[in-house]
Amino acid sequence: MAKEYETVIGLEVHVELAARTKIFCGCSTAFGGSPNSHTCPVCTGMPGSLPVLNRKVLEYAVAVGLATNCNITRYCKFDRKNYFYPDNPQNYQISQLYLPICRDGWVEIETEGGTKKVGIHEIHMEEDAGKLIHDEWDDCTLVDYNRSGVPLIEIVSEPDMRNADEVIAYLEKLRLTIQYLGASDCKLQEGSMRADVNLSVRQKGTEEFGTRTEMKNLNSFRAIARAIEGERNRQIDLLEAGESVVQETRRWDDAKETSYAMRSKEDAQDYRYFPDPDLTPVSISDSFLEEIRARQPEMPEEKKKRYREEFDIPDYDIGIITGSKQMADIFEATVALGSQPKKVSNWLMVETLRLLKEKEMDPEDIRFSPENLARLIALTEDKAINSTVAKEVFEVMFEEDVDPEKYVEEKGLKMVSDEGALRKAVEEVIAANPQSVQDYRNGKEKAIGFLVGQTMKAMKGKADPGSVNRLLKELLS
Amino acid sequence: MELLSLSAVELATAIREGKTTAVEAMKAVMERIDQTEGQYHCYVTVDREGALRRAEETQKKLEAGTLAGPLAGVPVAVKDNLCTEGMLTTCASKILENFVPTYSAEAVRNLERAGAVLIGKTNMDEFAMGSTTETSAYGVTRNPKDLEHVPGGSSGGSAAAVAAEECFFALGSDTGGSIRQPASFCGVVGMKPTYGTVSRYGLVAYGSSLDQIGPLCKTVEDCAVILEAISSYDSKDSTSMDRKDTDFSSALAEDVRGMRIGIPRDYFGEGLDPEVKTAVLAAAELLREAGAVVEEFDLSLVDYAIPTYYTIAAAEASSNLERFDGIKYGFRAEARGLHQMYKATRSQGFGSEVKRRIMLGSFVLSSGYYDAYYLKALRVKAMIKKAFDDAFSKYDCILGPTAPTTAPRLGESLADPIKMYLGDIYTISANLAGLPGICVPCGQDGKGLPIGLQLLGDCFQEKKLLRAAYTYEQLRKETAAGTGER
Repeated sequence: MAKEYETVIGLEVHVELAARTKIFCGCSTAFGGSPNSHTCPVCTGMPGSLPVLNRKVLEYAVAVGLATNCNITRYCKFDRKNYFYPDNPQNYQISQLYLPICRDGWVEIETEGGTKKVGIHEIHMEEDAGKLIHDEWDDCTLVDYNRSGVPLIEIVSEPDMRNADEVIAYLEKLRLTIQYLGASDCKLQEGSMRADVNLSVRQKGTEEFGTRTEMKNLNSFRAIARAIEGERNRQIDLLEAGESVVQETRRWDDAKETSYAMRSKEDAQDYRYFPDPDLTPVSISDSFLEEIRARQPEMPEEKKKRYREEFDIPDYDIGIITGSKQMADIFEATVALGSQPKKVSNWLMVETLRLLKEKEMDPEDIRFSPENLARLIALTEDKAINSTVAKEVFEVMFEEDVDPEKYVEEKGLKMVSDEGALRKAVEEVIAANPQSVQDYRNGKEKAIGFLVGQTMKAMKGKADPGSVNRLLKELLS
Repeated sequence: MELLSLSAVELATAIREGKTTAVEAMKAVMERIDQTEGQYHCYVTVDREGALRRAEETQKKLEAGTLAGPLAGVPVAVKDNLCTEGMLTTCASKILENFVPTYSAEAVRNLERAGAVLIGKTNMDEFAMGSTTETSAYGVTRNPKDLEHVPGGSSGGSAAAVAAEECFFALGSDTGGSIRQPASFCGVVGMKPTYGTVSRYGLVAYGSSLDQIGPLCKTVEDCAVILEAISSYDSKDSTSMDRKDTDFSSALAEDVRGMRIGIPRDYFGEGLDPEVKTAVLAAAELLREAGAVVEEFDLSLVDYAIPTYYTIAAAEASSNLERFDGIKYGFRAEARGLHQMYKATRSQGFGSEVKRRIMLGSFVLSSGYYDAYYLKALRVKAMIKKAFDDAFSKYDCILGPTAPTTAPRLGESLADPIKMYLGDIYTISANLAGLPGICVPCGQDGKGLPIGLQLLGDCFQEKKLLRAAYTYEQLRKETAAGTGER
């Protein structure tokens, strides 16, 4: 009988913080910019330059630590990780090994298997490296230090996850939490969130961990799920064949759905970590901690609870809306402008989600303003436009954030509320469709639908279907 | 008026009073350099044209009344490990043979604000690693008092330039005694302030937790005025201190009555040259006669200072010097492939003393040895600081020799690096504990080589040191005048 295996997974997640300046100098962290335009003596490792910690980075790191139930290290230090590579101008990376800013936290995740806590071993602050650009024409390599010194936190989980679902749920939980804090936009594709997967397998029921590998280059949740499946199978195959797993770093190739070894533990470098003497230890005062605590926004769980109490909308909708900071912000702002919560929720749940899916966008990319959504809802409430027109207008609004009132006006999409004109159109439709009229009068209720449709067509969609229905019934009775 | 023999303060006064000009002073320096630099080799770079142009600009500003700094118009030499915008900065290493910084060190900028005029860059031990200025990639500097002897190091070029009157004062850096020891060997005044007093921004790091910039000059008064000018809180240096008490020239009073001076017995034991011992004890006696309370005491842990220092300094240096890799600036060796290029560049670019310390530092930080060496050294460092805290609860100053001997002959030291390292015994504790220390000339040996007196103070107590040193300097002048000695 085949043995049963259990997968053990821990994650190292790098998150690029939203600070406008770099972690140890005043250079901009803005994306883009011509090569080496966002640099200074500090982030290019010039002789004699010195790092100074950006307070904003500390604030974000502490905020993330508090939101993930970590202990905040009141006396923390920076360490140098020494290794030679040209993307790293000092040939050491400033990071935290011995006294990281946050330790011993957890987040709760929800999967089909139920809820569970995933432990967070530590969160530390560090600097990003520059970018190497290989010039094929000149056969040389150039370095762009714009990214050098961009602030990162690395969130190291405990080996608490057992399958891809849990990993995805954990990552989504982290992403949502960090987005709520405004500490990062956490986009995997763009690299502002990067996850390395540490995975091992063991026979079910055993306590001891198997030998683990570390998987890099995972750029989407889908790639992560596939890499976990692939690596689990690879390790089990090895063990079943009587071989052993080698502790190594592997690179996932999502296109080929396979991984290959980058370096094994044997040729792992000795990073010669030691406290950076250029940076004084950071003492976190009570008042600093209180300041950050007081500034923590309402987190997803609290928001859900409040929505349930305040708004009469389905639990499923609450889950989706609070599942994105941007959605929740739009929802609340639109409601605050006087729109009925249920109507707002409907627009987000139906049309917004449909368009996001169609255009392969994230909720974070939503561009329309709460003001315009509120106006659109008001237009339908006032029966100035019907729902078909409203959907049309919304599509334009979703793309360009137009003012629906102006748009409806300009395009002449307002409903015809002139009873005389409507009555005339209905009479014409009755006259032109004797067969349907006959069917209806013979008790075929459905025939009225066809007549409504014909009237709407005659009115070019600018009629209230309810009024049309009422008039038809009146004239046919 | 013999311009070159004036102190920095005297020259600034003469310029202010219109008795001479910044340009005349700079021309006098250049003439002296023409005469003697061939023998002494104090400088790596003499920026002749730039220096004269800067002197002219300074003089114009002085005459226009837009510059009134305390050192206005005074020519200064700067150690070649301090970045100077647009001026070659080599750290006396081949690996930086072509490095021209895009910015100036904060201390250099402070000097420029005070009106001092940069002459050029002084020779030193490569990356400040050495005690003789013989490890420079650009040739040795000779002691102006005796050409067969070294000027000390690592700020040997700065000390020699002051002694040879090839400048009016100079800046050096002190990681384990690199200002005080060459000051002692060349017979000038040198001071290392409390760690954090002078910004390290723009000082090419050797041992970051130990490095401090300080003056080398002719008199204690100059020392106070220069230190006042270069001290500043700098938000670009995390280890910089926001001190409100940097009006050091206010301490220049000839008065040591009631001052408690401790003499550590441990500093007068084996290895101390008898002539040095005699001169230093005579200095203590002079201060006692002037009203100081002088007594001997036991300063513990003295023997541990050298291994502790060489562990910490080498560890930090091994990491600090990683950036010199041939990629971004400086020397690059031709080689095929990245790692070959790294190896060739660093093998050819660094001298043997630097390589020795990089290897030592890499070793003490490596996995498996970190706790046994580096962490232990940090613990001993804390204990040494504690020993000084205890001493300074009883004494205002600690008095002793700066170095166990006078300047050794050229070529004697590098053959036996351990012996050279042992020569730092009296100076390195101040760096480990972050303390200020000053070296003042206190006589000469039978061969006419200068002897230096060292005074150490508690952190932030530079003023006590300056008062004691100033009093001693004045007393010695009077005594020397009496006996016809100088």
